Amino acid sequence: MGMPVLIDDLDQDNQSFYRFCGQNELRVQECRACHLKRLPPTSACPFCSSEEMEWSLVEGKGVVYSYGEVHHAIQGAFKPHLPYHLLLVELDEQKDVPKPYDGLRLQGNLAEADGGLAKVETIKRVGIGTRVKVVFKRLGGELAMPLWTIDEDSVQPENPWRYPIE
Amino acid sequence: MTQEIDSSTEKYLRGKYAVVGVGETGYTRGSGVTTRVLGTRAVRAAVQDAGLDMSQVDGMLSYSFNDSTPSPVIAGDLGMRLNFHMDVYGGGSSIEALVGIAIGVIEAGMCKTVVIYRAMNGFSQVRIGGTGRGGRSALSGDGLFTRGIGLMSAGQMFCHTFMRHMYDYGTKPEQVASVKSIHSEHASNNPKAFYQNRVSVEDVLSSRMIVKPLHLLDCCVETDNGTAIVVTRTDRAKDCRHVPAVIQSVVGRCMKPRSDMHYQSGPISTVAGHYAKELLWPNAGVGPEDIDATGSYDAFTFTTMLQLEDYGFCKKGEGGDYVSSGIMRLGGERPNNTSGGHLCEGYTHGINMVIENVRQLRHDIDDSCPRDADGVVQHTFDYSEGGCRQIKNVELTANLGWGTPGMGSAMVMARGA
Repeated sequence: MGMPVLIDDLDQDNQSFYRFCGQNELRVQECRACHLKRLPPTSACPFCSSEEMEWSLVEGKGVVYSYGEVHHAIQGAFKPHLPYHLLLVELDEQKDVPKPYDGLRLQGNLAEADGGLAKVETIKRVGIGTRVKVVFKRLGGELAMPLWTIDEDSVQPENPWRYPIE
Repeated sequence: MTQEIDSSTEKYLRGKYAVVGVGETGYTRGSGVTTRVLGTRAVRAAVQDAGLDMSQVDGMLSYSFNDSTPSPVIAGDLGMRLNFHMDVYGGGSSIEALVGIAIGVIEAGMCKTVVIYRAMNGFSQVRIGGTGRGGRSALSGDGLFTRGIGLMSAGQMFCHTFMRHMYDYGTKPEQVASVKSIHSEHASNNPKAFYQNRVSVEDVLSSRMIVKPLHLLDCCVETDNGTAIVVTRTDRAKDCRHVPAVIQSVVGRCMKPRSDMHYQSGPISTVAGHYAKELLWPNAGVGPEDIDATGSYDAFTFTTMLQLEDYGFCKKGEGGDYVSSGIMRLGGERPNNTSGGHLCEGYTHGINMVIENVRQLRHDIDDSCPRDADGVVQHTFDYSEGGCRQIKNVELTANLGWGTPGMGSAMVMARGA
């Protein structure tokens, strides 16, 4: 989107996350003490406070948990892409763990299969309940960021829930 | 009400402190002055409203997003020698939290009376929602999760919570839009309000989309203003000019689990008030059913609804019914944001809703009602356009401050003697 990326060398948690994305792998931190996975990258485990962790591979599939559809961009880089979707995606792994309603959730844009931001007709197919899978957008160098595209191989809900006014 | 309420004894300084002065500049777009001037004017107005000399206020607190002028400068301009001051980073939900801090520092003997202010050129200088503040700097690791995906403004940050509430509970756009419609009725009786025109639910739904589910008129106004309140011990309030608004309890920046990453643990259609109410009501010794008027932060129509629901003014999931029922309209059972709030009066990060409730509790709302020969306002309680906005016999108010879905503050105040 024309925005420079500069991840501080000291920020090893985010460096690792986006480097794995650059290798086409969605990996999340998994605590070595309590074995719970977490998102987004953090400096310690939010369930037991341990710093010991490893990067655990997840499948990169999930469901749209909620979304916003932006029609008024406040960042110049996004104005040519209106409307665009802000998705909150719940991964299939670790749903309702450790407590009901907990989950591994990632915010990201809705994209076409090639990683470009979704076209209007694609946006209109997506709502709460739509099954999506990860695509990686190259950020230059060794980094990439995760976006989400409709998982055409998955069984989709007949009518994903969308805001009632189109 | 799930919790047991003990109202038999004074608890956590219940009733021991009061808001005794309020001050505000106009709510404008283009103040034409610095935040230093706005802060100075608001603080002076609040101290004078309390009936105090500048020398009688020895504590100062402020909050901002580094878009204000700090308290040593304001105090210096007004010739105030402070025994305590602090300038805190933050916006919405700060004011109730700072009232609690003021009570704490007075109780600790650090000072006797505290003025709290927020000065901001929220339209003509640093816009919270509009400009893409910091939008041109390089994306950091954390920034890739937000600005990197076009997620930056408050509306973009909160939309997942708003949308999920509609999904979880069947909340309808027209129910939520009635928040703006009702607040605009209130603002039409507020000569200070930036927007004094009444708008209908239809007007809200036909305004352009910003980020679904938010239309333009679901979002609050951005304005330039200075606002301030004065907090002191209730036993000192008898020397002040007005009937005090006596603080029954405060909750400050109470959080959901995972705080900034609240959307990782659910349900995400529940907000911080769910936790805050377990402190607010027992400490106040009252429950939501006892409250005569609310000030539920309306950065968006949705924030008002979510908070009223999670503080227990209705059953979970029934916020849409509550806000569209007429209860929170002037003349209704429990009016909300009688000034028009952030949606209509002006954007202050919460102080103006506290100021409004303080004036409601004095029974001295600054509407257009006539004054008698002694200058005492004669409220008509006619709430038609351009009329009265004083609530009859109001004794108890609740302010519900919003920071994010994951963070909120609150305060209960009672009409003093």
